[in-house]
Amino acid sequence: MKLIEKIEGEQVKNHVPFRVGDSVKVHTRVREGDKERTQIFAGVVIAHKGRGLNESFTVRRISYGEGVERVFPLNSPRIEKIEVEREGKVRRAKLFYLRGRKGKEALFVKERVSATVAKKAKASAARKVKADKEAAAKK
Amino acid sequence: MSIGILGQKVGMTRVYDDAGTITPVTVILAEPNAILQTKTIDNDGYSSIQVGVFDQKEHRVTKPELGHFKKAGSAPKRFVQEFRPAIGEELPTEALTVTRFKPGQLVDVIGISKGKGFQGPMKKHNFHGQGAAHGSKTHRRNGAIGMRSTPGRIYKNHGMAGHMGDEKVTVQNLRIVQVREADHVLLISGAVPGPSGSYVVVRTAIKGQPKAKAVVAAKAVNPMKASKANK
Repeated sequence: MKLIEKIEGEQVKNHVPFRVGDSVKVHTRVREGDKERTQIFAGVVIAHKGRGLNESFTVRRISYGEGVERVFPLNSPRIEKIEVEREGKVRRAKLFYLRGRKGKEALFVKERVSATVAKKAKASAARKVKADKEAAAKK
Repeated sequence: MSIGILGQKVGMTRVYDDAGTITPVTVILAEPNAILQTKTIDNDGYSSIQVGVFDQKEHRVTKPELGHFKKAGSAPKRFVQEFRPAIGEELPTEALTVTRFKPGQLVDVIGISKGKGFQGPMKKHNFHGQGAAHGSKTHRRNGAIGMRSTPGRIYKNHGMAGHMGDEKVTVQNLRIVQVREADHVLLISGAVPGPSGSYVVVRTAIKGQPKAKAVVAAKAVNPMKASKANK
């Protein structure tokens, strides 16, 4: 089994950590003809499943009044980076109840408020900078 | 049949390519296959090589087998098979490694399928069975298996219940996704027969090979033009 873990480990990417309930921006690489550009999908992470190479997450947003959900494989090379815009406070692992909501309350969940939030945001920003630097160094 | 390689099915995983497409792959571990014997037409009446892979403890093999391995200067092997060369193919003299194959190449994989035990005709032969409701009292049986007094017998090879699986199965035209030389590993697109840990043979596909390009005919030279005569 170690062989499989090795093969999978090589493909796992280091993304900024985020949780269900967070509002994120997902930068995806889109190919149009022979041109490549980055597309941003911003919304709330409503589900997160799988481990290792098979990890994936679902982002929900309201686009022109219509709910849109997109499932991203976390380790896909199409995902350039993930930005955490806002941390959410949730008590559930899957936020499917947002699907029934309308208007403003469907846009995001309550912000996580605690003394650690600011600290964490700072740390995550620092981590992001580091990750970006590493990515840049790799390139 | 051309010369392939012996290996072991490790399991399955998935691989991303640069475009982000996921390919399900089977991981095949193929340590260098030691050549145990080379058979020649002069000596044996046909040409082949016998190769073995995965070391075995000495006390697990019989004395005659041990002698055979010793003669080849090799440790005892668990999985031993012969390969006969394709027409015009030379017999290799050094151990076979995964570098025999290249990414993108099509291969056939031969293995022993998972045993399913005694199974009914629906699972074994994809029969439809009978109705579940409307008073039907038969559900998963054969149904009719023959005619009347002519021919007065059941045709051979008629599908019936019986043992299923645990037989030699060849899957043709699977694509090699990666060749990992350092690990002695082949990643092959799709599923291969048998449980993880079972031994498999990987060989160049006998069908489905891209047709060899026809030799481009030399440009017709106009005999009247002396300047082109030498080209």
